[in-house]
Amino acid sequence: MNVFNTILILAAAFLAVFAEAAFQLPRHLFGAQVDLLPALMICAALNTNVVTVSLLAVSGGLWFDSLSANSLGVSILPLFAVGFPICLRRDLILRELPFAQLVLGAAASAAVPALCVLLLLSGGQAPLLGWGSLWQWLVMIAGGAAATPVIFVLFDRCQHALGYQPQTETSFRPDREIRRGKK
Amino acid sequence: MFKQKHYLALGAVTLVTVLLLSLPSRAVSHLKLGIGGLFLPLFGAVNAARQLPERAADAVLPRGELLKEIENLRRENQEFKVRRQQTDAIARENDQLRALVGWQRQQPWKLKLASVVLRDPANWWRTVQIDLGKRDGVTTNLPVLTADGLVGRVSSVGYTRSQVVLIEDPACRVSARVLNPANDLGVISPGGPMENSLVNLSYLFGNANLKPGQQVVTSGEGGIFPAGIPIGLIADSRQAEFGLNTEARVKLSANLGALDQVWVLFP
Repeated sequence: MNVFNTILILAAAFLAVFAEAAFQLPRHLFGAQVDLLPALMICAALNTNVVTVSLLAVSGGLWFDSLSANSLGVSILPLFAVGFPICLRRDLILRELPFAQLVLGAAASAAVPALCVLLLLSGGQAPLLGWGSLWQWLVMIAGGAAATPVIFVLFDRCQHALGYQPQTETSFRPDREIRRGKK
Repeated sequence: MFKQKHYLALGAVTLVTVLLLSLPSRAVSHLKLGIGGLFLPLFGAVNAARQLPERAADAVLPRGELLKEIENLRRENQEFKVRRQQTDAIARENDQLRALVGWQRQQPWKLKLASVVLRDPANWWRTVQIDLGKRDGVTTNLPVLTADGLVGRVSSVGYTRSQVVLIEDPACRVSARVLNPANDLGVISPGGPMENSLVNLSYLFGNANLKPGQQVVTSGEGGIFPAGIPIGLIADSRQAEFGLNTEARVKLSANLGALDQVWVLFP
């Protein structure tokens, strides 16, 4: 784990938020925009440390809210609420399995918008909700679930291509060297 | 399970959130536009990339076709000039009549073209951002429209860009008038999350005689939108609140799902 992973995750979050605001294909096709931040949060929680998870929650939430009509900061806590427990319990999760990634991505993509809307409603705001929101929620869950394993694969490839690899230890130990010949 | 680092992270994130949520609305607006400004280089790059195919297509277009297009545009321009003369004459006559009755003189619309640079990434809001800001004289609550009809109003303004809240958003309510013999008045409110081109027209009189196809325009009441901007056409209507009032669905004239360029209406 090094700073490179943190930078990679934050850069991906920045691009993800930009893509959500600039490209409208999912909205035209399915009637809802897919949020990639929960999927990224799962990737960060399983591969990095709690500092990166916190940074992703704060910066990703701020970037998302700055381009949206959300109250500034309302997306931070839902993202953190998803990433923090997974980061704490990641030793118990089979994070290498694509199915586990998919399930976690779906759960995170379900939880983050629901918590966001709850926070907005509790703050006295009136977002556009109706029966159609259920469909939008399902699209977000499906999109987030599908994106999570892809993000894991991309993250691994970027790490291998750009990051420093840990140096493998040699089996040579000077104290175990067999000295031959006369002293 | 909890280490000191975890406690610190939890505390820091909660503190940042509480601080941000308790900021005054003006500071939040400035902060939002400042943070959103980080994305400007990316939007510039995307716009340039989008224009590349158009420019390439322009470069290979035959000269004869371009000349034909210019000729058509000239003819259209002349037709508009003639129509403008007629409109000016009508406006002068209208001013004289308003002066006779003692009504305030109507000001001609001043419009500025803006490009839509992004849409709200959240599914529960309907806002867009345009590339006009304070430096272009934009202020909050200016109406935004297309050639087809009303789009929304400016909700917050940065130096180079502004946020426009669309007519489908819960934060944009418009006083509207149906162009029928009774000139029924109502309020436009959002239709639903999946209804892209339909909005509700509510608080109409219970005996309002609405028919599909009747035009709905802004009424001019409320102080934000001037009267006469087309909103859409009545799609259907029904009695609400046990017949006390009527509600109608209005099909919007402007295609809000494919906004590319909009006009900001200055006072």
